[in-house]
Amino acid sequence: MTGNKKELAVAALKNGTVIDHIPSEALFAAVRILGIENMGKSVTIGNNLHSNRLGTKGIIKVADTEFEQCVLDRIAIIAPTAVVNIIRDYSVVEKRPVTLPDTLTGIVRCPNPKCISNNEPMASRFEVVDRNDVDLCCHYCGHHVAGGEAASLL
Amino acid sequence: MKTQSLVSIDDITKEEMLQLLERARYFEANPNSKLLDGKVVATLFFEPSTRTRLSFETAVNRLGGRVIGFSDASTSSTSKGETLKDTIKMVSNYADLIVMRHFLEGAARYASEITDIPIVNAGDGANQHPSQTMLDLYSILKTQGRLDNLTITMVGDLKYGRTVHSLLMALRFFKPVFNFVSSKELAMPAEYLEVCRREGIEFHEYRDFSQEVIDSSDIIYMTRVQRERFSDVMEYEKVKNLYTLHNAMLATSKPNLKILHPLPRVNEINIDVDDNPKAYYFEQARNGVFARQAIITKALGLQIPPK
Repeated sequence: MTGNKKELAVAALKNGTVIDHIPSEALFAAVRILGIENMGKSVTIGNNLHSNRLGTKGIIKVADTEFEQCVLDRIAIIAPTAVVNIIRDYSVVEKRPVTLPDTLTGIVRCPNPKCISNNEPMASRFEVVDRNDVDLCCHYCGHHVAGGEAASLL
Repeated sequence: MKTQSLVSIDDITKEEMLQLLERARYFEANPNSKLLDGKVVATLFFEPSTRTRLSFETAVNRLGGRVIGFSDASTSSTSKGETLKDTIKMVSNYADLIVMRHFLEGAARYASEITDIPIVNAGDGANQHPSQTMLDLYSILKTQGRLDNLTITMVGDLKYGRTVHSLLMALRFFKPVFNFVSSKELAMPAEYLEVCRREGIEFHEYRDFSQEVIDSSDIIYMTRVQRERFSDVMEYEKVKNLYTLHNAMLATSKPNLKILHPLPRVNEINIDVDDNPKAYYFEQARNGVFARQAIITKALGLQIPPK
């Protein structure tokens, strides 16, 4: 298991979550979406690591924390290739991909300045029209946002 | 109750659309009644629109209901910084139904999510204006005797004109042939052409408002070309008179042809068309009252004809 050795080279994790295979350019946005900046647990963030699949990748390790899947799924907007590993007692007990939910609430800001969601104290809401070729549609004003644009609207 | 709101024409099915048209027909035959006796309807116009407001208020008055509201946000507490949510929550305590017009897109959708009383969208920015679409459909049905298999020509600003977008979406159920006549800058957006392709609807795009297009039409839907839509003033000057309808252009048109326009018009329909029996835009506005009576009574869950 050479893959495990590489991960261990960053930091051994007894219990917690490892989010792997994040495209390098999406790493810090993923950190922000998951609210990791404000967490007290020990966090290890690696970027521009070698990846056969992506060229370079980012990785996030958070000790003693298991995220709800709906929280993790939010990063699918910018990092659909990400893989979540749940670690308990140094072993990977679960490995799962992230999938874009049907709706995204309070994550992506609508780029339309005349949208009600930018003018009221309220959460934005987008319907996911296309998961693969990421296409989001504002629930309020109908404005469409493509995956590439979404990263700048988080 | 939330499902009773009418926020977007895209939210309602073909059957619901036909039911609304049936209701409108009933109200044209029976415009005055006491169906809304004891009911209060709020008309909240955060942006002025005299034509739409008077049409809705006439609809309520002819149904025997009472109207409260404002015609301009500067006279409401919005000018003191009150959120839309608070205004809607407050008015919901007083009224049985809210008709609202707002300058922000999605405002009516949001309002429908924060109150239990029905919301009727009377226009939210450049987004939706479903009662306009219903009165357009009713006008087409009334003048043509059917909605199916008609050749509908849309002229002018097809890019920003929300009325043509909503009308296209509503007519997609009725196997139309569309002619889209506009300058390149104001062409029908790709997403609507895609809807036509997906639904198997025949459509043609034209840069010229030609005799051939006019003569093939059952309905010509004119819209206003606004100067502020152009990034290049020269371009506006070039196209502004290309999409103007003159009476002489109607000489060889179909006998059943009717000219529609959401109004207000500026110069896109020459006044010499007004006396032609094919001009229908003023009657079209009159149909708005019946369409709105239909929408309001349906939103309140009232049976038509009453038992």
